[in-house]
Amino acid sequence: MRTRFWRQRTNIISATLTLIAALLLTGCFGNDEEDWNGKNISGLMPELEFDLINSQGKSVSGDDYSGRVRMLFFGFTSCPDVCPTALQKLNQATSGLDPALQDEVLTLFVSVDPKRDTPERLAKYVDFFGDNIVGLTGKEPQLRELAKRYRTTFGYDEPDADGNYAVSHSSAIYVFDPEGNPRLLMRPDLSGEEIRHDLAALIQEDA
Amino acid sequence: MSLLDYLLPYDFSPLTILSYMLVMGFYGVGLIRMPEQDRPGSLRIFAFTLGVLICYAVMQTRFDYYAQYMFFVHRGQHLILHHIGPILIALSNPLPVMRFWFAKISPGWRHTLRPLGWVYNVLQQPFIALFLFVGLIYFWLWPSIHFDAMLSRDLYWVMNWSMLLDGLLFWWLIFDPRPPAITSSLGYGRRMLVLAAAGVLQMFLGAWIVFSRDMVYDVYEVCGRAWPLDPEVDQLLGGMLTYIPPAMMSILGILLMLRRAMHQDGKYTNQSKQLEETAS
Repeated sequence: MRTRFWRQRTNIISATLTLIAALLLTGCFGNDEEDWNGKNISGLMPELEFDLINSQGKSVSGDDYSGRVRMLFFGFTSCPDVCPTALQKLNQATSGLDPALQDEVLTLFVSVDPKRDTPERLAKYVDFFGDNIVGLTGKEPQLRELAKRYRTTFGYDEPDADGNYAVSHSSAIYVFDPEGNPRLLMRPDLSGEEIRHDLAALIQEDA
Repeated sequence: MSLLDYLLPYDFSPLTILSYMLVMGFYGVGLIRMPEQDRPGSLRIFAFTLGVLICYAVMQTRFDYYAQYMFFVHRGQHLILHHIGPILIALSNPLPVMRFWFAKISPGWRHTLRPLGWVYNVLQQPFIALFLFVGLIYFWLWPSIHFDAMLSRDLYWVMNWSMLLDGLLFWWLIFDPRPPAITSSLGYGRRMLVLAAAGVLQMFLGAWIVFSRDMVYDVYEVCGRAWPLDPEVDQLLGGMLTYIPPAMMSILGILLMLRRAMHQDGKYTNQSKQLEETAS
């Protein structure tokens, strides 16, 4: 009687464990169907939405730039290395695209240092990195809200004697499709070619 | 930033606040309305309140902001949600309050709620409980899963709530105050085995994080840290919080179980002998 009871119980336990293991395996190790270089973030993050001002000082929202693949990047114009490298790489990635596709991609550079980055300064800075790039900024609460929406943050270091200070910010590039759905997260160590491959695939997927 | 900014939630979750309010409300009202001889002592009430409050604090104050953008603070958050908070709640033995409310449930409702009891009984099988307790830690710390959980707001909430609920189940199984000799609670030997296994398995994971030379959890790198801390230091501190305190808590739990077992040694044998005699 007792052994039968135990045998039944072990059966239940092993069945449960097999089920859990199966769930874990299909859930964690299932590969993405498409072959992206960036990290697929479909469904993980909310659609592109913001309330900021552009480098002409006009207030803009996410809808103003819809219809194109958009790459969102946080930074500041006094940034010594991370931002120029990333923007350079994005420019390299987009300018290497088929000329017909180049206008289908837009880089949104969001400065999280509104104290120093006036719209004029922002305009001068982004113009240096090509045509298909827009500089955006806003009041700190607006920027905090956007950063929180995309699970990132930024912070300011103590200013030095000359009043210069470093700003910590996300180094990732968030890519949205023309409808504003979140699609990819580019780590900063991706090369220009790898980014270009993903961008081309994203544009052509909708065409 | 004002004090209020530190106390208000970073990511406001109405469901979380409601759950905590209900728990504290039912506990408080139960305490006041239950017969005095059943009422837990003030130390136990304090332990329960403290356990609930620290879990609330790591989920719905500024602490949560730092937990989202610093790996080691995140490990501290889970140490509280999965260990310290539930341990305090389980040790406070809220059983009398639960019994008081259970007696108020109408028989019809009790019948409807029965499946919950079955699920509970399955989850509290020692092997399943151990698998869930350690498995959830490994699951959420699996690098690709961890990355997604930190990027997705929904997954993040599922992660924290699953850690808290599983912590409560596990530590209640371990610290169940009912003596196993005369009730259906788990025997002390098995409790100690489960604790030892949980401790060893957590030490493997913690040691792996501590001694990893590469960045295992780069989501904090990619999405920015709350303040500019060296990534390797962050990972090392987080690994140590996964490695040392849980192992210590397993050992403390085993000692506590040993003490209880020795205390109850021989206490119930006469009774069972009497039972045997009357039965034969």
